[in-house]
Amino acid sequence: MPQLPRWAENVLVPILSVGLAVLFSALAVLSIGESPLQAVQVLSYGAFGNPYNFGFTLYYTTNFIFTGLAVSVAFHAGLFNIGGEGQALFGGIGAALAGLWLDSTNWIIVLIIGLGASIAFGSLWAAVPAFLLATRGSNIVITTIMFNYIAAGLLVALLSNVLKPTGSDAPRTRQFAQDSHVPRLDQVINWWGFDIARIEANIIFLVALLAAVGVWLFLYRSRLGYEVRMFGHSNSVSDYSGQSSFKITMIAMAISGGLAGLMATNAVLGQQHQLSLGFVGGAGFTGIAVSLIGRSHPLGIVLAALLFGALFQGGAELSFEIPAIPTKMIIVIQALVILFVGAMENLIRYPTVALLTMFRTRNGRWI
Amino acid sequence: MTIAQTTAVRPDRNSMDQILSTKERLQPTAPAISLKGINKAFGLVQANRNVNLSVAPGTIHGIVGENGAGKSTLMSILYGFYQADSGSIFINGRERRIVSSTDAINAGVGMVHQHFMLVRPFTSLENIVLGAEGGPFLGNALKQARTLLKQITAEYGLDVDPDAVVEDLPVGAQQRVEILKALYRKADLLILDEPTSVLTPSEADHLFRLLNGLRDSGKTVIFITHKLREIIELTDTVSVMRAGEMSEVIQTSRTSIPELAERMVGRIVQFEREKDPARIGKTVLSVRNASVKVDGVARLKNIDLEVRAGEVLGIAGVAGNGQTELLECLSGMRALDDGSIILSGQSLAATGSSLVRFLRASGVGHIPEDRHKHGLVAPFMAWENCALGHHRKSEFRRGPLMDITSMQADAGAKFEAFDVRPRDIFLKTANFSGGNQQKIVVAREIAENPDLLLVGQPTRGVDIGAIEFIHNQILELRAAGKAILLVSVELDEILALSDRISVMFDGRISGTRLASETNESDLGQLMGGVDNREGVHATTPKMG
Repeated sequence: MPQLPRWAENVLVPILSVGLAVLFSALAVLSIGESPLQAVQVLSYGAFGNPYNFGFTLYYTTNFIFTGLAVSVAFHAGLFNIGGEGQALFGGIGAALAGLWLDSTNWIIVLIIGLGASIAFGSLWAAVPAFLLATRGSNIVITTIMFNYIAAGLLVALLSNVLKPTGSDAPRTRQFAQDSHVPRLDQVINWWGFDIARIEANIIFLVALLAAVGVWLFLYRSRLGYEVRMFGHSNSVSDYSGQSSFKITMIAMAISGGLAGLMATNAVLGQQHQLSLGFVGGAGFTGIAVSLIGRSHPLGIVLAALLFGALFQGGAELSFEIPAIPTKMIIVIQALVILFVGAMENLIRYPTVALLTMFRTRNGRWI
Repeated sequence: MTIAQTTAVRPDRNSMDQILSTKERLQPTAPAISLKGINKAFGLVQANRNVNLSVAPGTIHGIVGENGAGKSTLMSILYGFYQADSGSIFINGRERRIVSSTDAINAGVGMVHQHFMLVRPFTSLENIVLGAEGGPFLGNALKQARTLLKQITAEYGLDVDPDAVVEDLPVGAQQRVEILKALYRKADLLILDEPTSVLTPSEADHLFRLLNGLRDSGKTVIFITHKLREIIELTDTVSVMRAGEMSEVIQTSRTSIPELAERMVGRIVQFEREKDPARIGKTVLSVRNASVKVDGVARLKNIDLEVRAGEVLGIAGVAGNGQTELLECLSGMRALDDGSIILSGQSLAATGSSLVRFLRASGVGHIPEDRHKHGLVAPFMAWENCALGHHRKSEFRRGPLMDITSMQADAGAKFEAFDVRPRDIFLKTANFSGGNQQKIVVAREIAENPDLLLVGQPTRGVDIGAIEFIHNQILELRAAGKAILLVSVELDEILALSDRISVMFDGRISGTRLASETNESDLGQLMGGVDNREGVHATTPKMG
């Protein structure tokens, strides 16, 4: 594998890869007879064009930061957690219980208890596959996938039997009381005397950024994180250094599940103010792509989450504004991004190496 | 001993050279391989600097050099893994452009890698055919390969069972499969990269006979190693690589181990080391009746041993006779099925990871046999590996977090004290040469000033300069009154460092000797399980 300087590895190659994905997406749009330029225009306006649209972008970004971080923590321990979807669903149950129980108080209490509950519920749901792996050697890819289905089934059962208000036929909880709604970003800004229009994202976006900082501190500055990374690179070195593989597996998966669970607070407490089916909306799976493209580094994940958030929001606007472009097209574009940035990075990497080598100074120093 | 062997080989070699040189004079043939002005840089590092090399057909040419001298880079260029920045390759007098291993194979170059490239659950035959099936269906290819293999096998005396599953074969036989693979692809030039590093002495002898046979039938062999004795024993010509530069080709018969060592390291290397007499203290470690089964197979059978302060107990033996399991048990990584380990009078009770941590906290250092498997995390930056296992010490802690400033300062100090090169604690560990990686492990374990140091194969895959350094470190620890248990398959190393030597055979200790009262042939017999001095020495002889 050719070596590249760090800036090229971490900035140039991803940017060129995204560029290539955009190029091929343009070809896809062209192939159904629409103008790619117009599509890009509509998409980027839809994602960033005004505070209202950007608010939605940030809302989706928040979801993807949590689920992307969740995948990356497990990945650093050498574990592939595909169960973000189920862990987020479970976290949603925790958040909803906090909302139903405490919505007569105020949003600060609901938020704090809700964050704690969703972490606890998400961790719990990840801890079961982790336990099965640590004690029985069960393949965690398979168990976490299966737990997604179990969680989805449980949620249906809970919503249609226990949590729905009496007299209602819809499988969802009642709306939480107004006072318990977590403030949106525009509300927060307006506290300081401004007067700006509705921004859909709420202060849990800031929690997501804090979580990214926290995950960075955990992975690269804490002893436990050091042990997790050591375990992820080599189980045998971890044994040699005296770490318990049971402990590391449980901790890494619990943190991973807790982060996935946090995603639910954004949807349940921050936006929908009730628990309903399908509130995760694939964010758990998108987290895998986000983590892959963000190279499992918190900063990369925040940026990749923004990219996917923009694609999500801009894509919705796109199919609304240009009905000839079907909603599925945006999934094609996302797939192209994953393909070029995640799976085929060497397609860009090797020409980049060749190009940079040409400009390398004689003493072998990179530019 | 080395000197004796050198001189024993010499007369043959001289006559060989005469024959060769007459042959060359009569019919000047093009060299089997000739490299002209090869340059290759990786970032700042000039791995190959204007390398010229010419090897006559039908000879064995040795390339020696320290780790990181550029040998493997050069061979990777020859085999198409890398491309040279400049320079050209001639094979049998024809210039060749080699940009992939396919080009190399087509040019008649075969490579036997240090770490075998075999599919372990496949049979030898399937491995040999793999990649050269010649069509979508296997049946025909396997049939043809089988007949061709029979010919090759008969011709060169390469005995390999074609239907044996590779992972069931001993390492020496796996290597022969690799050689067969190359011969099956009609290689005329065979490159072997550190081929003996994984072999027992008898397997190495077998390989040497095989290579001599290949040479006699006209094949050309390039043999890369840093074991100088092998160069003297086997090769016709030799060249030395140092810091990316290649020396001229030297007739092996006209050089000697000290001269090669000096060319390799760039200074005079001290081979014999004067040891101060041991000042034996209290028993630090004793093992009583230890037995271990791995997957139902008994690996340790009633082991008794004792290590005392101020002495080096050497554990010799052919690899795979229980030494690995012994070290694993002593370092807490594997639980005993029976028996006990007593450290400074205290019997060890805990098991698993807590025992490993307890031992480390109680002053037991452990330089593991396999630094890649146990000692280092290759993608970590060097400073992260300098604290591995000790990272929970209070001085590396700041509140709930790691104090990375103090960890990095500590790593810098270790780099300085143990002369790790390059002096860059932020470099990825995998980018250091083998010797310097090993120095990182040695530095980490010795800097803790352990009361008992468990050492496994401390100089495996390590160059001469680093070997000398690591040996001196171990002897300094001994002089400081620490107890050392040294496991090594290199008899030279065992004899140079140990005060007492126990030999392991089939999970047992087949005999224990005072280093002053034994020699290679005595130990060699013990390694085969034969003790012809039975009863002369008890397990723990009186000393000093």
